[in-house]
Formats: sequence, structure tokens, C-alpha cells
Amino acid sequence: MAVIEIEGLAKDFTLHHQGGAVIPVMAGARLSVEAGECVALTGASGAGKSTLMRMVYGNYLARAGRIGVCGVDVAQASPRDILALRRDRLGYVSQFLRVVPRVPTLEVVAEPLLAVGEDRDAALARARDLLSRLNLPEALWGLSPTTFSGGEQQRVNIARGFAHPYPAVLLDEPTASLDPANRDVVLTLIEEAKARGAAILGIFHDAEARARVCDHEVDVGAFTPRTAA
Amino acid sequence: MSDGKSLQGFSQGLCKGLGRPGPLLSVEGVTKRYGARIGCAEVSFDLWPGEVMGIVGESGSGKTTLLRCLSGHLSPDEGRVLYDIDGQPTDTLTLTEAERRRLMRTDWAFVHQNPRDGLRMGVSAGGNVGERLMGTGARHYGRIRAAALDWLDRVEIAADRIDDRPSAFSGGMQQRLQIARNLVTGPRLVFMDEPTGGLDVSVQARLLDLLRGLVREMGLSAVIVTHDLAVVRLLADRLMVMQGGHVVEQGLTDQVLDDPQHAYTQLLVSSVLQA
Ligand SMILES: Nc1ncnc2c1ncn2[C@@H]1O[C@H](COP(=O)(O)OP(=O)(O)OP(=O)(O)O)[C@@H](O)[C@H]1O
Ligand SMILES: Nc1ncnc2c1ncn2[C@@H]1O[C@H](COP(=O)(O)OP(=O)(O)OP(=O)(O)O)[C@@H](O)[C@H]1O
Ligand SMILES: [Mg+2]
Ligand SMILES: [Mg+2]
Repeated sequence: MAVIEIEGLAKDFTLHHQGGAVIPVMAGARLSVEAGECVALTGASGAGKSTLMRMVYGNYLARAGRIGVCGVDVAQASPRDILALRRDRLGYVSQFLRVVPRVPTLEVVAEPLLAVGEDRDAALARARDLLSRLNLPEALWGLSPTTFSGGEQQRVNIARGFAHPYPAVLLDEPTASLDPANRDVVLTLIEEAKARGAAILGIFHDAEARARVCDHEVDVGAFTPRTAA
Repeated sequence: MSDGKSLQGFSQGLCKGLGRPGPLLSVEGVTKRYGARIGCAEVSFDLWPGEVMGIVGESGSGKTTLLRCLSGHLSPDEGRVLYDIDGQPTDTLTLTEAERRRLMRTDWAFVHQNPRDGLRMGVSAGGNVGERLMGTGARHYGRIRAAALDWLDRVEIAADRIDDRPSAFSGGMQQRLQIARNLVTGPRLVFMDEPTGGLDVSVQARLLDLLRGLVREMGLSAVIVTHDLAVVRLLADRLMVMQGGHVVEQGLTDQVLDDPQHAYTQLLVSSVLQA
């Protein structure tokens, strides 16, 4: 069985304060991602790439369908089961970093490891290793990332997302605000994750990056409901 | 949404060992009226060890009433609250007064909306923290004072204020003192009513970090009422939205904030700049 397996997935938004309009944005979505594979979501802006990814993470509710991730159906699971899934099996690098202010970068990156009970020294060592690979100046490690530049924050976010070896990983534009050298580091991290057997679902506007790390592409535009106004 | 009853949940439980503990707190249909007025109505949820539940809702929606019912400060008119005592779900209403007081001194902590309700205004800051420790049996003066100093430091109250009375503190400092007083005994469950209300943003951040550390390292559970959506997003695993005494929506915190289903939640989320 694939690590990520989606079938018949549908999503509407009901806008209660705009006349109760119901906006169907997706229907009949299906895809699967095997261990060691990277699948790219493609499609025009507004096609629903981020929406689909957010449903896989349990951040958006699905109207219908099945979202199997490591044997858990995220579309049906209780909040508690989704929290457990996110803690040890499903990683997510979102487009923007969101952290508790004043927590040092090193702790932010080590946190997913501490959350699964990793030894503190080992977690911090892993965090240092990732931050140095991503060329984040050591002088910044003890500071909160809240005041960092967009590219610096993105690298902290990526380090955090790759700290724990999740069997399933979601990546929303991981290379967007990076210079070529750091972009290359991120693509290498993705290749390493694939080599250890991670199933990766990603959104990459960068076609070259896609060509380098992705095994398949899924055009989310194919799941846009015909009835959409 | 099904709650922990799914087959996956069951098999996951098996994978992680059969001894998966039950919920710390089970709330079943709790209703409280003030005469004809509804305080809170038909509230049900489970809270598990290490989980933080956030409660948001407009003024008068029943948040404080609910928290007071959960923590044994008020008896609900209907429903019950089960608390895990030595692996035994125990109806908190059936406890004797002595048992309940013991629970409040050791396992539970309550951080009140108004710090004056949670502090002894006539006792020094150090005394406020030390008193709670003594309530759990601590007797060694030096150790009590050291623990008080440690906690004052954690909530960023300078050591040289230890002998001042809370009445000489600003509202934000009183709130921090109340938090120190409550957490010093290492409770399993903390109820907080707007704990970061009167605090400036940077102290608020420090407290959030402190609470998250306690949740992770000590398996602390908490029920937190706040109007601050940025705070709940960073702190709460799950979120309940209240309106008119009823829970109108509940789920994973980020899901409720990013994909709100109920009209009231949509209004709440859209009227805040960026949570
Ligand atoms: N929380 C939300 N509430 C209402 N509508 C939403 C919400 N999130 C997304 N949508 C709508 O769903 C559709 C798909 O949006 P989505 O963000 O998934 O597109 P995308 O493919 O990721 O686009 P882009 O490439 O621009 O990031 C859009 O019409 C969008 O307006
Ligand atoms: N002791 C009381 N006697 C009568 N009515 C009360 C009492 N306490 C609360 N109420 C009423 O019960 C309802 C819920 O009040 P509660 O204090 O629980 O609201 P809340 O959500 O905590 O509001 P806030 O955000 O303003 O603190 C309100 O209508 C309130 O007026
Ligand atoms: Mg997008
Ligand atoms: Mg209140």
C-alpha cells in the first residue's frame, strides 16, 4: 500500500458571510505516493494545490473521500489521531514559518525531535547540522527567527521539517525564496529523504527543481469541479 | 467528527503498547444556568494527558462558567466531569470537600481571569509561591525560598521583588505571579482564564514558551480560555468555539482557524488581522 493514498477527495468552502455561497473547489481527486517517491502537484494558480495539501495535513476538512497517510484516514480521524500522525509520521514544510516568539532558532528546529522523545543533545546536534548545511550563519542560531529575512525563515522552516525522518512529508514551495546554493541544498535534502524511503508530496513552481526530484506530476486542475461558477 | 473511536485509533493504540492511558478529563453534557439565563450548555469533550485545549468565544459566551464547572468551583446543573485519579475515572462531584481541596492543591491549578482572585494580596510574592508548595507538604524553608525564586525568575519577576506584596505589582506582574504560584507544585492539569490578557507581548511570548516546555517535558495538560487567536494557535492542540453558552465548533486548532465551518467562527477569524 502506498504511504499516501487519496481517493474521491472533494472540498467545498461555505462562505457564511457572503450570502452563504458554497464554492466547490475540488471533486474526485485521487493520487498516491509510494515510499521513496516524490510526487508534484501542478496546476494554475487557484487550481487547489495548497488546498489539497492542507487536506492531507488535516488543516482543511474534506467534504468527501479518503486520505490515507501511513494507514490513517485523515478525512475521518479524530483530532487526537491526527496530532499523533503529525508528531511522528507526517511532516509539513509550509510556505511560511510560524513560531512562538523569543524561542531560539536552534530550539525551533530541534522541537520536532524533542516532541518524539529524542535525546536533547542528539536533537540539538541534528539541528546544528541542518542549519549549517542550509548556510544559516551560526550567529543567528541563538536568536528567534521572527526577525529573520524571508529566505532565512524559509531555511529554518526547512531545517525544522527535515529534522525528524518522517515517512511522509509535504512540501509547499520549499525552494521559493532561496538563492541557487541553498536551493541545491534543499533539493539534496529531498533526494536524501527519498533515499531513506520517505514519500514526498510537493508543490514546486520551479520546473527545474521538479524535474530533478519528482517522479510524477499530478495536475490538480483535473479535479476542479465542472459546476464551479 | 468521530472521537478516538476509529479503527486506526484503536490499532495505533495497540502498536504503542496496550497500556494507553484513558483521558485525564472527560466532560459529559455539562450545563449550568443562572436562573433563566444559560451559563453554558451541553458541553462535552475529552482531554488527554499532555494535551492543551483552547476555548474562544465572545464575551458572555460561557467560557468562565465552563472553566469553573470543570475545575469544581461551580456544580453543573446537568452533566458530569470525570477526572482520572490513579487510573480511575472519578466523578468530581462525588468527591468529598477534603478530597476536592487536595486535588486543587496538588493535581490542579487554576489561573483566574483577575489575578486578585488567585493571589493572596496580603502575603509577599515569595509567600504566595511558597504557600502553595507548603500546601503539598514542603517544609524546608531554604528549599521553598529557592523554588519561589526559581519560579519568579521563570515568569520574569526580579528576585529583589520577592518580599513585596502583590498589591505593589502592576496587573501584568500580578498575573505572572499568579502563574508562578500555580505552576510551582507541578500540577497535572491547569485551567487558565485569559492568562495572558494583561501582559505585554514579549512577556506573553516567554510564558507561552514556558507552558509549551511544561507540556512537553512534564506531560502537563491545560484548558485555556483566551480571546487571543495567535496565542491559541501557538499553544492549543485543539480548540472549542463558544457562542451563547454552546460549543458551536471544535477540532484541531489550526483546522478550526484556517477552515472554520460555523458562521460565528468565520466571523471571529475574519475579524482578526493575522493569527
Ligand atoms: N480558507 C479558504 N476559504 C475560502 N476559499 C479558499 C480557502 N482556501 C482556498 N480557497 C479557494 O480554493 C481555491 C484553491 O486555492 P489554493 O490556494 O488551493 O490554490 P493553489 O493551486 O495553491 O494556488 P497558488 O498556485 O496561487 O498557490 C481558490 O479558489 C481559493 O480562493
Ligand atoms: N454569577 C452569575 N449570575 C448570573 N449570571 C451570570 C453569573 N456569572 C455569569 N453569568 C452570565 O452567564 C453568561 C456567561 O458568563 P461567563 O462569565 O461564563 O462568560 P465569558 O465567556 O467568560 O465572558 P468574558 O469573555 O466576558 O469573560 C453571561 O450571560 C453572564 O452574564
Ligand atoms: Mg498555493
Ligand atoms: Mg470570562
